Amino acid sequence: MDRIAALTARAARLRAHVVGIAAAQLCHLGGSLSCADLMAALFFDVLQLDDTARRRRDRFLLSKGHAVHILHACLAERGLIDPAELPRSGQLGSRLGGHPTMRAPGIELATGSLGHALSVGLGIAMAEQLDGSPSRTVVLLGDGELQEGTVWEAALCAPRFRVPNLLAIVDYNRFQSAGAVDEVLPLEPLADKWRAFRWRVREIDGHDMAAVCAALDAAPAADAPTVLIAHTVKGKGVPGVEGTARAHYTRLSDEEAARAYAALGATP
Amino acid sequence: MSLGGYRTALAGMQVVGELAAADPRVVLVSQDFGPVRGFTDRFPDRHFDVGISEENLIGVAAGLAHAGKLPFVLGMAPFVSMRGFEQIRDDCAYNRNPVKLVAPFAGLEAGAWGATHHAIEDIALLRTVPGLTILSPADPDESQRAIRAAAAIDGPVYLRIGALRPIAGYAAPFIPGEIVTLRDGDDAAILATGGCVATALAAHDALRAGGASARVLNVHTLKPLDRAAVARAARETGRLVTVEEHFIDGGLGGAVAEILAETGAARLRRVGVRDRFCTEVAPYPELLRLHGIDAEGVVAAVRELLDD
Repeated sequence: MDRIAALTARAARLRAHVVGIAAAQLCHLGGSLSCADLMAALFFDVLQLDDTARRRRDRFLLSKGHAVHILHACLAERGLIDPAELPRSGQLGSRLGGHPTMRAPGIELATGSLGHALSVGLGIAMAEQLDGSPSRTVVLLGDGELQEGTVWEAALCAPRFRVPNLLAIVDYNRFQSAGAVDEVLPLEPLADKWRAFRWRVREIDGHDMAAVCAALDAAPAADAPTVLIAHTVKGKGVPGVEGTARAHYTRLSDEEAARAYAALGATP
Repeated sequence: MSLGGYRTALAGMQVVGELAAADPRVVLVSQDFGPVRGFTDRFPDRHFDVGISEENLIGVAAGLAHAGKLPFVLGMAPFVSMRGFEQIRDDCAYNRNPVKLVAPFAGLEAGAWGATHHAIEDIALLRTVPGLTILSPADPDESQRAIRAAAAIDGPVYLRIGALRPIAGYAAPFIPGEIVTLRDGDDAAILATGGCVATALAAHDALRAGGASARVLNVHTLKPLDRAAVARAARETGRLVTVEEHFIDGGLGGAVAEILAETGAARLRRVGVRDRFCTEVAPYPELLRLHGIDAEGVVAAVRELLDD
C-alpha cells in the first residue's frame, strides 16, 4: 500500500476509535474527527516520537485539549494504550481524561485550558535550537482557541527567536462550543494575521492526505516558524453530524454509530 | 517607589550566572528587562527576553524546562503571579516543569505606582498550587542564598523579592522549609517574611526596651510552611503576630491562622494590608506606615496581645 493510502486507512481507524468513544458517552467528537487526517500523518509517518537514543525526538503538543480522543486513538494505534480502554475514558479508574492528563502514557503535555501550548512549544523549540538538535515541535491549535490572547503573545514572540523547528497547525473546522466561529468571533483574514506576525504560512485542505503529507514534508523555512492552516470539517466522517454545530460535543445513538462505522469501512 | 527588591533581584542574576557557568542547563527568560547584568554578558545565547507578555513568559520557560533546561525567570511579581497564574499552575506545577521564578516588586515596593503594581495577593494565589515552593528571603544576601537553594529544589519555585535592606550579621544557611529564629523571647512570637523581618527586628528592640521579650522568626519559606515551628511558637509563647506586605487574608497571616486552627490555639494578630485596595498615593515607606506595616504597628499588635 502506498503512503497516502496507508495513512488514509489509518485515519479511518483513528476515527472509528473516536466513534466508539462517542457511542459510549458524551464527548468532544467533532474536533477530534476534524484533525484525524493530520494526526494520522503526524503520528504514523512524519514525527519521530520514540524516546530512543536517536538524536531526534520530535514532540507533539495538543493545545486544543478537548480533542484528546483522537490523541488517545493515536496512542492506542501505536500500542501505548489498550484500545479497550478508549470507550471507558473518563470513568473511575481510567487513565484517560476528557483532556490530556498526566496519567495517560505517551502524552507530552497535560493541556485543556486553551491557549497554553504554543508558548510551551516555543520554549521546547528554543531549547532544541540551543542544543543544535534537529528535533521538531508540533503544536495543534483549534480555531476557536485562537481567540485566546496568549496564543498571539506566543505568535508575536516566536519569530523573534527564529525557531524553524516549530510548526503550528490550526485545525480550522469553523465551529466552537457556542456555534460558528464566524459568528462568535471571526478570525479572518487568518492567514494574513499570521503573515503579519512574520510566520511562514501554508494553507491546505486538511482532509487531502496528499496535501497534508506534502505540507508536513516541506522543508522548514530557514529562520522562521511555520503555521499550517488546515481547512477541515467538524465531525468529518460521521454522516449527519459532520459540518454541524452539534458535532462539537455530542453522543452518538447506536444507529448513528452504526452508520458512521459503515461510512468509515470499520467495525465496532 | 523603592528599588531595593529590583536591585536585589538583578544582583541575584549574578548568582544565576554562576549557576549557569557550572550547569549548562541553566537559562534565563525575562520580560522587558533587556540585557541582565551578571548573566547576559557571559551567556548571551542563554538569555531570552520575551517582552511584555507574562503568560507567554511562563509558558516559554515551562517549555524550556520540559526540554531539559533549568530556566530562571525574571519578571515583576504582580504580573507574573496574577497574569501568569494559570501558566504557573498548569504548565509549571501540574506538568512538573521546574521553572524558577524570581519576582521583584513583591508587596508594596512599587509604592506610588499604585494598586495595579502592588503584589499583595501573590502568596494567597500561589500557595494553592500543589508542588510549588514559595520562597521569601529577608535580606539581599539571603536572596542570593535562596536563588542557589531554588536551583536545587526538585520542582517549580516562586521567589518573592520585596524591597529588602541588609540585616546586620545575618548569615544563616538557607534551608528551604525551615523557619529561622533570629531573636529569642517568650512573651510573644513575631513571624515575619521578606522585608518585614527587618521590621520585626526593630519591633523586638523596641519591645525589649519596654521590658517585653518577643521572639522573631524569619519565615523565608511560605510553602511548604514550617508547621512544626509555628505550632512550637504558639505553644511556647501563646501569642503570635504575623507581619507581611500582603493581604492578611490568604497570606502568611492566613496560613498561620489555618495552622493554629488545626494544631492548637494561640492568640493571633495579623499585620498586613486589610481587605481594601491600597488607593493612597505615597512613597513606599509612607505606604507601609499608612497600613501599619512598620515597627510601631508590630509593637502595637504585640502590646495588644500582652494587654489583653
